[in-house]
Amino acid sequence: MTLRLRTLRTWLVWLVYAFLYVPILVVIVYSFNDARYTTEWKGFTLKWYSALAANGPLVDAALNSLSVATLAATIATVLGTLAAICIRRYRFPGRKVLHGCIYVLTVSPDIVMGISLLIFFIAMGVQLGFWTLLAAHVTLALPFVTVTVLARLAEFDEQLIEAARDLGASEWRAFRHVLLPLAAPAVAAGWLLSFTLSMDDVLVSFFVTGPTFEVLPLRVYSMVRLGVKPDINALSAVMFTLTIVLVLLAQTLTRTRRK
Amino acid sequence: MTRRRPFRTASIAVVWLWLGLFALLPNLGLLLVTFLERGESDFVSLVFTWDNYARLADPVFVRILGESLWLAAASTLVCLLIGYPFAYAVATARRGLRPWLLLLVVIPFWTNSLIRTYALIIILKSQGIASNVLMALGLVSEPVSFMYGEFAVFTGLTYTLLPFMILPLYASIEKLDKRLLDAAKDLGASSLRAFWHVTLPLTLPGIVAGCMLVFLPSLGCFYIPEILGGAKSMLIGNFIKNQFLVARDWPLGAAASTIMTALLVLMIIGYWLSSRRVALRERKGADTGAATAGRTPDGGHDMTHGADGARRARGRA
Amino acid sequence: MADQEHIIELRGVTKTFEDTVALDSIDLTIRNGEFLTLLGPSGCGKTTILRLLSGFEQPTAGEVRINGQVVNRVPPEQRQVNTVFQNYALFPHMTVRDNVAFGLKMQGVAADETARRVHDALRMVHLETFADRKPRQLSGGQQQRVAIARAVINNPLVLLLDEPFSALDFKLRKQMQLEIKHLQRQLGITFVFVTHDQEEAFAMSDRVVVMNEGRIEQIGAPKEIYEEPANMYVARFVGDINALPGRIDAVRLDWSAAPGAPLAPPAPGTPEHAALPPDLKPGEHLYDATVGGTVFPVRSPRRLAPGDAVQVLLRPEDLRIDRIAVAETPDWPHLWGRIEESVYKGATVDLVITLDDGQRLMAAEFFNEDDEDINYNPGERVAVSWVDGWEVLLPDDAA
Repeated sequence: MTLRLRTLRTWLVWLVYAFLYVPILVVIVYSFNDARYTTEWKGFTLKWYSALAANGPLVDAALNSLSVATLAATIATVLGTLAAICIRRYRFPGRKVLHGCIYVLTVSPDIVMGISLLIFFIAMGVQLGFWTLLAAHVTLALPFVTVTVLARLAEFDEQLIEAARDLGASEWRAFRHVLLPLAAPAVAAGWLLSFTLSMDDVLVSFFVTGPTFEVLPLRVYSMVRLGVKPDINALSAVMFTLTIVLVLLAQTLTRTRRK
Repeated sequence: MTRRRPFRTASIAVVWLWLGLFALLPNLGLLLVTFLERGESDFVSLVFTWDNYARLADPVFVRILGESLWLAAASTLVCLLIGYPFAYAVATARRGLRPWLLLLVVIPFWTNSLIRTYALIIILKSQGIASNVLMALGLVSEPVSFMYGEFAVFTGLTYTLLPFMILPLYASIEKLDKRLLDAAKDLGASSLRAFWHVTLPLTLPGIVAGCMLVFLPSLGCFYIPEILGGAKSMLIGNFIKNQFLVARDWPLGAAASTIMTALLVLMIIGYWLSSRRVALRERKGADTGAATAGRTPDGGHDMTHGADGARRARGRA
Repeated sequence: MADQEHIIELRGVTKTFEDTVALDSIDLTIRNGEFLTLLGPSGCGKTTILRLLSGFEQPTAGEVRINGQVVNRVPPEQRQVNTVFQNYALFPHMTVRDNVAFGLKMQGVAADETARRVHDALRMVHLETFADRKPRQLSGGQQQRVAIARAVINNPLVLLLDEPFSALDFKLRKQMQLEIKHLQRQLGITFVFVTHDQEEAFAMSDRVVVMNEGRIEQIGAPKEIYEEPANMYVARFVGDINALPGRIDAVRLDWSAAPGAPLAPPAPGTPEHAALPPDLKPGEHLYDATVGGTVFPVRSPRRLAPGDAVQVLLRPEDLRIDRIAVAETPDWPHLWGRIEESVYKGATVDLVITLDDGQRLMAAEFFNEDDEDINYNPGERVAVSWVDGWEVLLPDDAA
């Protein structure tokens, strides 16, 4: 590679990172700016963060989101892991259909899932709210858990299960003592991913939750539509920090498998 | 065959039950609704009609569809043009450096896209960073706003969805056996021709996966046009949303959504064809493995073959 | 506990995978306490037999009995049979101790007894100091030992070993062969061993089952298999072999003839009896056979008639090579040939000889102190014969 090409490459990499990060970093910086309307720097303050904490509806929505995300991630992780195990380990009628179904769901547009679930819930006469949102988020996250766990199971030695059964373990105990501990990092990463998916989802939640149950992304959505506000800057900073923590956690979990 | 395996049976049943109830059934319902008439008291009335599809030929919708496809295609192309060399650079960086470089892509990928869209406002708005930079450089004499319009929506889509392009590309480029390029050059191919004849065909599944993960969400995510585009911008996602929540015309909204589903199917077929080609190339001369083939149930044509990133990719856009 | 003389019985066992037949109506009886090896090339069905015994496959037809009980539908965890897997299949997330204790834990054995038995099992394989390591911190040979300890700790009726040495290098493999053989004697458990390596099979087994394409070709002690192969396939599979086409000229001795009849075996004490070859076994008929234009005395337990086409099978070490001075003719039946190639192997010299009729033979000459020189030069003319009685006669089906 010529020197010029290499310089070009380095420049490109840094430009892309700048493109990805500058807006977020600017928001974080402004979240400490003691000015309401201007982009001028008016001094350091934490008041937008305390305003955030005092924003009742926002805190409620955040708590709602946390509870839905935790539950949805947990259920999706259980179901998604089971699906991965079935696809990887068992031969049954419809296995390939299931496999295909999972992959299609990971790429199918969220808005389609949102409206199809809306129609479904209305047709069933279900009140939109916590339960419909929970079911929707589980469905949204499940395929991603399956795909994550499947990737891990791909390098799993089938003989280990046979060894366990040979040593007297039932199907369930082989799963419990051998498969699960070995798939654990991917299962945990799947949980984290599900959690983020649920915390961030706008497109599905928009259709399937009712007025009685507001979640954080929708609350943020209605705030953001009104334009730039210092307290949203603070909120963005908080959420971004949280994301970094989750990503690092997920990375450590998936990294261990390579060793 | 007749052996009872409670764990296995229960697992398969519960997974199928969930997906059947909350994925298959709703989608069938959605399809059904596209053939029903709009209801007076209820949302739909049970009368069969093709009319909803005919109504999609309405010039207003055709204009929205055209605008959506154009914006989505443009952002996909720009993401690909930025993403491919970037992913290539990261994938060929020093081995110890790669995880860190990749981590810097994964973080925005996991970050709430609302937040990221919001962050763009500060850059693009009048007297925003972009305007100030241009003024400082002397390119413009007075504050400019990039907000509210096609350009802002386009920037927003590119900005939010770029990581979704990079990750599958990275996965397929990283998997590529670099010795193949050496071999091509050894056989007399120039760098460009080696890229064209070796790298590009072998990373095609990653390209298709990346395009799929950018193109489809950019059609659907209605909040980017709403936040950045203002009242003027209306894309297919906004149209669907409006039919469901404002106009209360479910059948029309549902019919519009089938266009997205049709595009999805097309892209999946494209992905399948490209990954099958790569798989076939790779399998040539490989061992037949007949002995083990019967024992491990492994589908072969997994959709995300060659696109590890796509597996975790997509997300909330 | 094992109370049957025959610990394992397979009766008419057939196994098909989709449309390929892996096992074709197998009958096999395994004696309690023996070391039995299933020998054959990959795809011959030997691993399928092992999987039928461990319970990972069910027969398509026929019966599998372990200790007298039909186990066709008994899942692996309920069989008193344990396996040492090809790549050991040690649980990577558990320590050596936990790996070995796994089977006892599944049975619900009390903690103190488990600890004691794990310690004993590890001591048996000389790994008591490695109990807290993870499998990946062990060498290949050590992992192999853990796999063995993990299997035998459950006191199985039968221990199944699926090509357990395939991942080990040559020297380690030899050492592990000895250790396993020793362990089997010590434990007195039946071992069923699968391999494609005939040397390994011969070195370890009481009996060897030679398999081919889902069928059993021959069952017998290693010596029997090597020296008296039942057919061409077995003969070729278990070592180098020369096959010389021949024809029976005359019957000299026929054990099925009525006493007193012309070809009947002479009564002990008579001069005719004394004239028989001293190493002749009862039941071995004597014939004259023409091979390459020369008449040789041959023997076989098979009944053959004058005019029958036969293949005379000879191992390279059975051949006798003599350097003959020009114009001399040996006074024993022989074939003329020429040295094609001579390869020095240390303990032997391997020769390739082309007979006058164009057939090529492999011969191996052992060094010994009396022999002045067995370094042959290519092109040298030699007389080829064999040690009387070491030949194996097979009817020539092709003729």
